[in-house]
Amino acid sequence: MADLSVNFAGIKSPNPFWLASGPLTNTGYQVAKAFDEGWGGAVWKTVGEPVVNVSSRLGGLDYGGRRMMGLNNIELISDRSLEDNLREIAQVKRRFPDQAVVVSVMVESRPEAWADVLHQIEDTGADGVEMNFGCPHGMSERGMGSIIGQVPDYTCQITGYAKSFTKLPVIVKLTPNVTDIRNPARSAVLGGADALSLINTINSVMGIDLDTWRPLPHVDGRGSHGGYCGPAVKPIALHMVSSIAQDEGVGVPISGIGGIETWRDAVEFLLLGASTVQVCTAAMHYGFRIVREMTDGLNDYLNARGMARVGELTGGALNRLGDWNDLNLSYQVVARIDQQKCVGCNLCYIACDDGGHQCIDLIPGQKVPLVREADCVGCNLCSLVCPVPGCIDMVPIETGRPAKTWRGLA
Amino acid sequence: MPEFTSDLVMHEVVGPLTTAEAREEALRCYYCYDAPCIRGCPTAIDIPVFIKHIATGHLLGAARTILDANPLGATCARICPTEALCEGACVRGQDSRPVAIGRLQRTATDAAMAGEVPDLPEFATAGHGRVAVVGAGPSGLSAASYLRRLGYEVDVFEERPAGGGLDTYGIVSFREPVAVSLWEVERAAKMGVQFHYGVRAGRDVSWDALREGWDAVVLAVGLGRVPRLGIGGEELPGVYDALELVEASKTGPLEAIRLFGTVAVVGAGNTAVDAATLAKRLGADRVIILYRRGEEAMPAYAYEYAFAKQEGIEYRWWTRPLAITGASRVEGIRVVSTRPASGQARSDRQAQLEDVADSVQDIPVSAVIRAVGQEKPGQIWSALGVLVREGRVVVDSETFETSLTGVYAIGDGLARPGEATVVQGVADGKRCAFAVHHRLTTGRED
Repeated sequence: MADLSVNFAGIKSPNPFWLASGPLTNTGYQVAKAFDEGWGGAVWKTVGEPVVNVSSRLGGLDYGGRRMMGLNNIELISDRSLEDNLREIAQVKRRFPDQAVVVSVMVESRPEAWADVLHQIEDTGADGVEMNFGCPHGMSERGMGSIIGQVPDYTCQITGYAKSFTKLPVIVKLTPNVTDIRNPARSAVLGGADALSLINTINSVMGIDLDTWRPLPHVDGRGSHGGYCGPAVKPIALHMVSSIAQDEGVGVPISGIGGIETWRDAVEFLLLGASTVQVCTAAMHYGFRIVREMTDGLNDYLNARGMARVGELTGGALNRLGDWNDLNLSYQVVARIDQQKCVGCNLCYIACDDGGHQCIDLIPGQKVPLVREADCVGCNLCSLVCPVPGCIDMVPIETGRPAKTWRGLA
Repeated sequence: MPEFTSDLVMHEVVGPLTTAEAREEALRCYYCYDAPCIRGCPTAIDIPVFIKHIATGHLLGAARTILDANPLGATCARICPTEALCEGACVRGQDSRPVAIGRLQRTATDAAMAGEVPDLPEFATAGHGRVAVVGAGPSGLSAASYLRRLGYEVDVFEERPAGGGLDTYGIVSFREPVAVSLWEVERAAKMGVQFHYGVRAGRDVSWDALREGWDAVVLAVGLGRVPRLGIGGEELPGVYDALELVEASKTGPLEAIRLFGTVAVVGAGNTAVDAATLAKRLGADRVIILYRRGEEAMPAYAYEYAFAKQEGIEYRWWTRPLAITGASRVEGIRVVSTRPASGQARSDRQAQLEDVADSVQDIPVSAVIRAVGQEKPGQIWSALGVLVREGRVVVDSETFETSLTGVYAIGDGLARPGEATVVQGVADGKRCAFAVHHRLTTGRED
């Protein structure tokens, strides 16, 4: 049994799997149930001055028969009273002293407002706070959420307020709706952030109903852009997590968020610099029970690699990511089609001929297309469209050329 | 370890899923909450979880989920009547076709058999003491495995030279290779269960010695031979007990039991289908199943019947054997046509039958296979002095304890005729193990 416990900027939890702030951490009932199922921590649904939420709120994107590859929401922060939230936070923390209870918070940008709410949160016994500078809809129109996260000076300033009013670890949750995530990340750290979490949801419009022309989701026929999340956003999140993990101006622990559904997804975030992960859409889709497979799988993965602690994964693959300028221009792969596995669908042929580099030929009377290796640039497209696992391999070939990079040439 | 037969004509009828098929099938699962398939499984395997593990490429986790709930998961993956259990309950049967749960379970357990054996979760409470299990068949193996995991010293007494019971000796190889069953026995042995082969309880070790020397005794003795038909000519060479024939096909050279010409099978249950399809593989040109009732009362599962027809087995309904004929060996079977007595329903398996006048007929056959159920282990119950009702031992419905304190009974011996399944035996063994544990740790029955 590997040690899955983590200490995240002073916040301890028995495993790195936390629930992200959202509809699934709205009540003490939910968070307690999640901890009973095995979640290591939870970030409470953002508290603040209560709002009025709309009906309906969520929109899903299906793909190829699979439901909810992407999810979008126009729900705002908690619409429950601060008192109710704080009372339940205190109750849950007393019942689960070993699990991490972090409170997401968003109030007006006045020091007194932050002082007041943070003191009340401290009194609950919560382990930390997460500043919601990411919510991209509604709250941003009122001068909160992503409007703070999109202006580095504001991020720095408000983080500074929070740090001056509480001794709890302060996590700043970043919005991905910026041109370079490193700028707000550095500002948060400059303001005193103990840790960062990312990504919050991405601005999105889910779609339009072709019969009614109503947006999806709609409220009495009208829609608004909402926050996009779910498996579809994972690559964007991985990029952002890795880019701040590598940034010298950051250097604080990272909680990775964005499309995590399985232990495999979690391992990828850890390898790119996260030390905890937060899950929302997958648990909203399937229920809190998914954490059992996640801990099981992560534990087996560590055991199989002879690793004793989950912390050993953090940042393990970071040194393999970097500038394009440092890629080896002499490296060459070519496509090889497995004669036995090929089913003869010719998708590789048409993809290469129309969208690639015209180096796969159809041979009359022969099932398997032929790769002209001398012309193959090694783009991967054929292996990506091939429906048969392991049928097209991209095989490195010896070019005899010495390794060289663009940077080296310059 | 005795020798077992391996022969190419006996290769498995249902092959494994390819990696692509398994993944595709796993992704068809809706991952229901409080899933109907789990309720359809007597051992309550967390099916959506093991399937999700397969979908994420984590076969070790899938095998752990299965084997934690059912130590005979590899056998059950092959021989469970899934259409009547988990797959019958699958919600995808309503919008498409059920997820192939049995075959996915095989994908996971095959990986475990190939070497990636999962460690199983530990139980919160540990017991200590000694438990004797009589019989190393499915229910005995299950009870022994759970008792061992719960911390007990477990001694299994088995009359035969190898464990697995019906799975090892009574399932045709083309449905479950014997290696699968032996792997399951080996896993129990590796857990620390002590097997004592060639030991018959009541003969080589007395019932009193078992009751005095062990803290609890679990009887998992299964059922006996196929009963005789009670007609003339049953002594002739060429008359077989279906289960003995299956056993011979797994333990001896197939040349020794080559069949030829036309073979009659008496009975139309699942064992009859096994015997008939086995007879084909052993050389019979034509196999006829004789059943004294109609198709509507046939006890075999629908998919077994379909398999039999696909293999070219012929059925003669409403046909009762009167005698087996022949000079020095079987040459024919004399049969008479039957019908329900007046006022009786054709589909009623208990209906009174009457012979149709002037319908006696001789069918030339070279062999007759009896497949008309199994004898109950009545002698054991009377030797022990446990309470018996309608030929079946009486047990507490929760704990499986017999009328004798500390003596438990599980498995096929409890089942109603035609309802015995391996998976139910495994479920009995599991529940009984926890009941024994409860008794030995608390001293109470509740």
